[in-house]
Amino acid sequence: MAGLTLASPSAERRPAWSPWRETWRRYRRHKLAVVSAFLLLALIAAVVFGPFVWRVSINDIDFSARLEGPSLAHPFGTDDLGQDILARMIYGGRISLAVGLAAMAVAVIVGTLIGALAGMSRGALGHALMWLTDLFLSLPQLPLLLLLIYLFRDGLKAVFGPEGGIFILIVLVIGGLRWMPVARLVRAQFLSLREKDFVEAARALGASPLRQVVRHILPNAVGPVIIAGTIDVAAAIIAESTLSFLGLGFPPDTPTWGRLLFDAKDYLDIAAHWALFPGGAIFIAVVAINFIGDGMRDALDARRVI
Amino acid sequence: MSQYVLRRLLIAIPSLLGISLVLFIVLALAPGDPFSELATNPNVPPEVAAALRAKFGLDDPIYLRYLRWLAAMAQGDWGFSFVSRMNVDKLILQRLPTTLYVIGSAQLLALLIAIPVGVFAATRPYSIFDQIANTLAFIGFSLPTFFTGLLFILVFSITLDWLPFVYTTDIKATGIRWVIEQVRQAIMPVMVLGLFQAASMTRFVRSAMLDVIRLDYVTTARAKGLGQTRVIVKHAMRNAMIPVVTLVALQMPAIFGGAIVTEQIFRIPGIGSLLISSILSNDTPVVMAVTFVFACLVVLFNLIADVLYGWLDPRISLR
Repeated sequence: MAGLTLASPSAERRPAWSPWRETWRRYRRHKLAVVSAFLLLALIAAVVFGPFVWRVSINDIDFSARLEGPSLAHPFGTDDLGQDILARMIYGGRISLAVGLAAMAVAVIVGTLIGALAGMSRGALGHALMWLTDLFLSLPQLPLLLLLIYLFRDGLKAVFGPEGGIFILIVLVIGGLRWMPVARLVRAQFLSLREKDFVEAARALGASPLRQVVRHILPNAVGPVIIAGTIDVAAAIIAESTLSFLGLGFPPDTPTWGRLLFDAKDYLDIAAHWALFPGGAIFIAVVAINFIGDGMRDALDARRVI
Repeated sequence: MSQYVLRRLLIAIPSLLGISLVLFIVLALAPGDPFSELATNPNVPPEVAAALRAKFGLDDPIYLRYLRWLAAMAQGDWGFSFVSRMNVDKLILQRLPTTLYVIGSAQLLALLIAIPVGVFAATRPYSIFDQIANTLAFIGFSLPTFFTGLLFILVFSITLDWLPFVYTTDIKATGIRWVIEQVRQAIMPVMVLGLFQAASMTRFVRSAMLDVIRLDYVTTARAKGLGQTRVIVKHAMRNAMIPVVTLVALQMPAIFGGAIVTEQIFRIPGIGSLLISSILSNDTPVVMAVTFVFACLVVLFNLIADVLYGWLDPRISLR
């Protein structure tokens, strides 16, 4: 094609693609992000459909098969009670991934609300909300997370049951300590978008502030929020695993990936597989989500030329 | 400059007060009451329990209780640990140096790795070195510290048997042997924390450096005929460090989180493992105090970052 003079400039133009198709085209350029997306989908499929394929119970105790390495009967080996690690990891993966997604949802909703309020208000409210955001940013997160769970776990356990109560608590606390970056991004976007001509036009047509935000400003501010939200899923998975690893997350009989590592750490010398499989699962989930976030950044940041 | 530092100090006070308020509200909202045992104990008459509650001011309005708690904290009256049988402030002072030693060495290691690698990668963007460094950094901050800690123990302590995996404060050796042992046992925790920090810091340094290197004044410096090293180190790096300092300060809470995990894995007797053990033994005064100390440390490091900021960019301290 090089050297050819085109008959008309319009012939060079790409066919008009929908924004989503354009996004996918840009996302595809990031090879590792594409691989990661498939890896994450495979992981999700494994934990969702796994129990229908691998029908071993997570609580089957078999003392004749204690601390066994990987074999055909137990592909990921067994723990100190002879329980099947693959079955436990499938069960725990559901919780770890669900916590990650739910905590991200909490963080994104709270962050968008606060960021939007701060971005739209022109008075003291905006300053107060940003002061609050900065205050939350300088809180030591893990100590506070531990403190909140220490103080509230018994109360919630009584109301929602041991597993449900801890799930709600962990999701709310992790999400409640991670909304600040989203709030800052949303506020920055709002501050520039609200002065744009198309918002001015909507305002001139008599759109209420709520309509301006929901129909005109928010859809344009959603890109950075999606990127931050993706990274938040990974951070929430790490936070939940850290809590479980410290023995302060889900109850002991709930085998989340972090809890499996916590139980395995005293048997490292004789049963390393017990720690390596759940640790590897956490790593794969987190690295895949981070790469997806990186790919999203390439795909959604319109100013970046790729 | 000194005026700027003073102003920053004054700004730190409201954020400390805000953090203490958040902590106190959390404690006040939490279910459970230090006197709940008295209420259910049949040997304590209700009027005695009520008198005790009045004496300790438990029924006062919340702002009065907060002010009283704040006054006690400010005077160094941090309460009494029921498990360790000693005053909380003494207990924390005993443990704090170990934590600061480990965190400080880890930060130093992170800087020693991140600055050269980040700067070198930025001077050759999209080269093989840059791509490898980027991928490794990505993997580095996706590996949670508790997993790297276990991997290190597995490789260096169990398989190779080079390093001890339990940290002890009473090493039975003297002189140079003591120093060697002290360093040997700190290698793994410092590596785990430091490499994790280095991973995210490398990315910060690289992108900050890339932004600066394209600016006109760097081109001018080159046009004057200065060598590459001199341009990078003397001209570009100082300005590139300004955003890096901010980002490192913002990372401080995460560093303390990582320190809690590493202290727990390697059984380092610092304040992080103190926090975990006092949570497990329901020692509320210690839990509150350690959380507050962590918050103070975060504010302190933000303050240090602000001062560094003023030194790196004199325009800021003049404003």
